[in-house]
Amino acid sequence: MKLSNKTKVLEQRELTFSERIYLPAILGGMGTTLKHFFSKKVTIRYPEEKRYLGPVFRGHHILKRDEEGAERCTACGLCAVACPAEAISMVADERKKGEEHLYREEKYASVYEINMLRCIFCGLCEEACPKQAIYLQHDKMVPVFEDRSEVIFGKDKLVEKMDNRYLRDGWK
Amino acid sequence: MEITSTLFTAKAIYVGLIFVITLGVAAYSTYFERVIAAFMQDRVGPDRAGPFGILQPLADAVKMFMKEDFIPAHSNKWLFIAGPCISMFTALMTSVVVPFGDKLDLGGGVMLDLQGIDVNIGILWVFGIVSLGVYGVLIGGWASNNKYSLLGAIRAASQNISYELAMGLSIIAILMLSGSLSTKSIVETQQGGHWNILYQPLGFVIFIVCAFAECNRTPFDLPECETELIGGYHTEYSSMKLGFYLFSEYINMFISGAVMATLYFGGYDYPGYNFIFEKFGNNIAVLLGVGALIGKALFFVFVFMWVRWTLPRFRYDQLMGLGWTGLIPLSMFNVVLTGATMLFTVNDGGSNWYTVAASWAGVAIMIIVSALYSQAQYKKKKLATA
Repeated sequence: MKLSNKTKVLEQRELTFSERIYLPAILGGMGTTLKHFFSKKVTIRYPEEKRYLGPVFRGHHILKRDEEGAERCTACGLCAVACPAEAISMVADERKKGEEHLYREEKYASVYEINMLRCIFCGLCEEACPKQAIYLQHDKMVPVFEDRSEVIFGKDKLVEKMDNRYLRDGWK
Repeated sequence: MEITSTLFTAKAIYVGLIFVITLGVAAYSTYFERVIAAFMQDRVGPDRAGPFGILQPLADAVKMFMKEDFIPAHSNKWLFIAGPCISMFTALMTSVVVPFGDKLDLGGGVMLDLQGIDVNIGILWVFGIVSLGVYGVLIGGWASNNKYSLLGAIRAASQNISYELAMGLSIIAILMLSGSLSTKSIVETQQGGHWNILYQPLGFVIFIVCAFAECNRTPFDLPECETELIGGYHTEYSSMKLGFYLFSEYINMFISGAVMATLYFGGYDYPGYNFIFEKFGNNIAVLLGVGALIGKALFFVFVFMWVRWTLPRFRYDQLMGLGWTGLIPLSMFNVVLTGATMLFTVNDGGSNWYTVAASWAGVAIMIIVSALYSQAQYKKKKLATA
């Protein structure tokens, strides 16, 4: 009984003359490799060349500023709660008079730290954020650590620079 | 006396130059082997050391020298060291009789022959040295005190002996055409476009297949067959001793390319030799000839690599079958065919083109006859089984 009609009967026939003298097949094979020799390469010279990973790639975190340059984060802590790896910690502080251009709301994060060894780049902090403050950049990866003291990223590394604003593809 | 000493200096410089060119080509073959492999597999290849990875051979050499030089216990220490030395030594000795160019005019009536030494048994010298070369592999494999190494060494020995026969027979046809064993006169009979490949298509195919086997290159690299023998004869080797084995393989590739160019592709002959000779003088023409020979040799090195990254390895019985039942009868047929073409065309008083046509027609007839024969055999077998 056959379970499927996919059974293929293989015939163990003798090699033909052209197969037995090898040379035609060898020349055919050499033609194939020569074609690949000149074809476009599928690999790239990585650190110099980089592939576009798409607008949804989750890379280096960034704490966004608004249009006037004030930090959007209000230190509500929802990102820290959402974080499955418990990589985020923060200290909240109250905005003083004269700091309106620095912080958008009355409350802000005076310390905001992400432990990059713990972070799994799931992007749940980005989804949890009600103020659209934290994003995972699509075009920048977290650099290689060389020391354990470097793995906790503070606000100096996370807050968006005014001269290098982050814009995800598809945003206006 | 004066003339002799200039000639001596010039010769010494020439020999040193050939030595450097051979080593340089071999070093860069390792790099180009990897690049060509990469290109044929749609990759970009090594590109970290220097621009386009051009310093890769240097990095490899540093790596080889820095590695631990390990000699296994219970191995024969001196033979273990002698193995790679013999391989390297014999690989470098072959290039002595390859004529890299015609005579260079150094002024003052001094003519420098661009050939290490023109011995009248030139091609036999090549054969002798190549068959000595297998001792390096054999001794190294035996001295390692490792079964895999020994198996690889035995394979290398039997493979080289088997393929030397067919190679020698294919050379005999060349010797019949040129009437001399000297590589120089073999090249001189081919001047002006009368390349032996035109008269010896079958002989060339036999020779190149045997050259692959003699150099232990894929598809005949059974002595170092990783899947069965770990590393074959160089399993136990490390550091620069391993480097010497690998290096001598690349030198052998270059030299066998040069020998093939000498025997079948007119050596330092190139189209338009006479035109350049008249227009720019002897020396320019001769030096361009050197370039032509090295270019041809490098093309064969490329073919070696091209085949390596195209074909899988033979099984050992297939290798032996091809050598003994395929190539040796074929090369005997080639000798007979060459003799016949020489005989008939001389009787006709025919020009060279008759000889060329007769050689190719002979090969074509041979292929057709054997195809018909095998078809007849096949039908007979089918009838017997049905």
